[in-house]
Amino acid sequence: MADIRNDFVGIKSPNPFWLASAPPTDKAYNVERAFKAGWGGVVWKTLGEEGPPIVNVNGPRYGAIWGADRRLLGLNNIELITDRDLQTNLREIKQIKRDWPDRAVVVSIMVPCEEAAWKAILPVVEETGADGIELNFGCPHGMSERGMGSAVGQVPEYIEMVARWCKQNTRMPVIVKLTPNITDIRYPARAAKKGGADAVSLINTVSSITSVDLDSFSPEPSIDGKGSHGGYCGPAVKPIALNMVAEIARDPETAGLPISGIGGVTTWRDAAEFMALGAGNVQVCTAAMTYGFKIVQEMIEGLKNWMDEKGHARLDDIVGRATPNVTDWQYLNLNYVTKARINQDLCIKCGRCHIACEDTSHQAITSTVNGVRHFEVIEAECVGCNLCVNVCPVEDCIDMVALAAGTLDQRTGRKVEPTYANWTTHPNNPMAPKVAAE
Amino acid sequence: MAEGQFRDGIVAGRLPSADYEQNFADLHPPLDRHEALVEADRCYFCYDAPCMQACPTQIDIPLFIRQIATGNPLGSAKTIFDQNILGGMCARVCPTETLCEEACVREAAEGKPVQIGRLQRYATDVAMEQGRQFYQRAAPTGKKIAIVGAGPAGLACAHGLAVHGHDVTIYEARPKPGGLNEYGIAAYKTPGGFAQAEVDYVTAIGGIDIEYGKALGRDIHLAELIANFDAVFLGMGLAGVNALRAEGEDAEGVENAVEFIATLRQASDLSSLPVGRRVVVIGGGMTAVDAAVQSKLLGAEEVTICYRRGPEHMNASEYEQDLAAANGVAIRHWLQPKRVVSEGGKVVAIELEYTALDGDRLKGTGEILRLPADQVFKAIGQSFEPSVLNGSGPSIALENGRIRIDAEGRTSLDKVWAGGDCVVDAREDLTVSAVAAGRDAAQSIHRSLTSNGRA
Repeated sequence: MADIRNDFVGIKSPNPFWLASAPPTDKAYNVERAFKAGWGGVVWKTLGEEGPPIVNVNGPRYGAIWGADRRLLGLNNIELITDRDLQTNLREIKQIKRDWPDRAVVVSIMVPCEEAAWKAILPVVEETGADGIELNFGCPHGMSERGMGSAVGQVPEYIEMVARWCKQNTRMPVIVKLTPNITDIRYPARAAKKGGADAVSLINTVSSITSVDLDSFSPEPSIDGKGSHGGYCGPAVKPIALNMVAEIARDPETAGLPISGIGGVTTWRDAAEFMALGAGNVQVCTAAMTYGFKIVQEMIEGLKNWMDEKGHARLDDIVGRATPNVTDWQYLNLNYVTKARINQDLCIKCGRCHIACEDTSHQAITSTVNGVRHFEVIEAECVGCNLCVNVCPVEDCIDMVALAAGTLDQRTGRKVEPTYANWTTHPNNPMAPKVAAE
Repeated sequence: MAEGQFRDGIVAGRLPSADYEQNFADLHPPLDRHEALVEADRCYFCYDAPCMQACPTQIDIPLFIRQIATGNPLGSAKTIFDQNILGGMCARVCPTETLCEEACVREAAEGKPVQIGRLQRYATDVAMEQGRQFYQRAAPTGKKIAIVGAGPAGLACAHGLAVHGHDVTIYEARPKPGGLNEYGIAAYKTPGGFAQAEVDYVTAIGGIDIEYGKALGRDIHLAELIANFDAVFLGMGLAGVNALRAEGEDAEGVENAVEFIATLRQASDLSSLPVGRRVVVIGGGMTAVDAAVQSKLLGAEEVTICYRRGPEHMNASEYEQDLAAANGVAIRHWLQPKRVVSEGGKVVAIELEYTALDGDRLKGTGEILRLPADQVFKAIGQSFEPSVLNGSGPSIALENGRIRIDAEGRTSLDKVWAGGDCVVDAREDLTVSAVAAGRDAAQSIHRSLTSNGRA
């Protein structure tokens, strides 16, 4: 049986599934239930500095988009950091860590961008026995208007500065949580590393408006007819998160920096994908908020089962395995030629491949052959784009088949070259080294 | 004395009174909004969709389903009504399992087609409940058209003509409009007075006058109509019922299935409707199933459909056959009626002869089966009665006993069109086919009255 125990920057947990800093980790009651359900760790909902408690809106905090059967695809929130008293949180964190010593308890923190504020809170958090801290530089709503959250995360210099203050003032490992609301995720990650952070976690939520009420013309979620951009999360953001994790994992300046992957993790498969791209573990929120804590059982068993099937003994065997396969477009093999092939036994003749190709692509799929409804790829037109595969409602009905070297590509009239060749040396590339003129 | 189901003879009130309402409730309850959204999401929005090709009225099914999915049921209803103004009834009574839903690619993929009929009902119900009319009458043209029969063909034709601003008078033999929608379909397929509500919805456009109790050949005559109107559309359906050609079929208790269904549809109190203890229905079509299932639902103890060929030859779809079986109706095949046995003039049994195919020909085997029966329904098809046309002017050409028409619905007589069950047509005898015929004839009439569509 695969061993899925996790060691993330020295923080140990029985599995790599942590609950992210969010409503599910706001108090001992929830965290207790999460640990009973099997979660490997939690990042406690963000603590602020001592003082009058945070005030939340008293109307809807969440907005969502759904699939047809109300399957929740994306969630958005305008909730702020914990609105409970700091001392209550600290007392509960201490008790939880004492009662669940084998689980990871990391505390998320967000205080003003002044060294004194950080110096004040770090010792009291450390005193709880927590395993580490996560710096919330990500929240895109509310706190950012007060110069915290993503307002810090969008300025690499601030990230570096605060990370350094934290490293200088605590023995705890420091994880910097990054906001995706920037143009290039590598800059904040590099800053975190320069500041001495032990790891980064990403992504925080994406600035968003989920929908507009077409009767009242209020954005959703609506508070008395008005709305504000909230943080978007859930399955819909996973592709964005995967890319950002990969960008940091393969950036020479940050390669090797531990990453805690966050963003739409709903199943063991999502978790495995994040880890393959370089995440040392994952954090989950929306899936738990949709289905409850029990989902972790599926994640644990599913991950083990896949690892056993593939012969991966430990998490280290899978972490980063896909990272080397993430490259720049210019290095993709231009001699790799594929053609769509429709399995006529599986085809249900819906015609979606045809109309997608006909209307929007390369006119490479028939609709009738000899007067009969029939969908077939015209190889001489097919550029191998994969759109037909993506719109086909039947799994495995359309394959992209790679042409073997030496095969004639009917579209170009040329034989497929056996060698790898990319854009950097392509004759059409003005930057490519020129072959000497004859 | 035996009570309820077990009383011999043809008697009323076999069931506790509460059972009737339950037994004759909507066969397919309407989808609620969420169910409709989920079902609509199953549609793949096929290219050149096979369902649309299979629809006799060519409704743009993928489009109307997409309109439901996007929260636009009124737009969806308009898409349906654009092709089929009786889309509400067709949603309820179409044998979708042999039309659109049989062609649905999900039927091929997983044996579970998108429930197109129920979605169509959802959208049309929304529009009709809101009384939303999508069509306005054009300015009056002064042209007058007579339509014979307020059934699906006549109504569709009338609506099409009214849209163009023509004045329509419909002559209907019965006291209510709707034709077979009102009188000829199982009650559980169209409960709640829907047939009348639909007629009201269709005629709300204006310019359509219906005169009841006016039968062709009795109260009105074709020659007069031709003389007094600019055009005539004949959509009077089939008035004759085929005989069993079995000895003793005039015994008391041998009845026409269509009349039984019509009586049932018009009954205000189903518990007052008599039905036999042991009912035998002769036939293999929808009418046979409708009569058999409703007999059972009225409390008959034993109901048997006897058909002279095999299950694959039955006009009733597989779904209808299953519906009969699920309601406790026995279907027996390869049996043809030979003799109705009566005592004191009342049916007590029917004797049927087993049949077999000899090449293509059906032959009796000589072996006889005797089924006890106190009621026998004839459901072996209806026929056109040409006598209503006779003696009222120049005669119309018939073919195979029905009116011959061309591709546009024109008969052999100038100014006279026809459609629905009374014509010989490649289309099946279905409500939806009658609608298509009436709709297309209206356009043909309009073209002929207006020099190709221009007033």
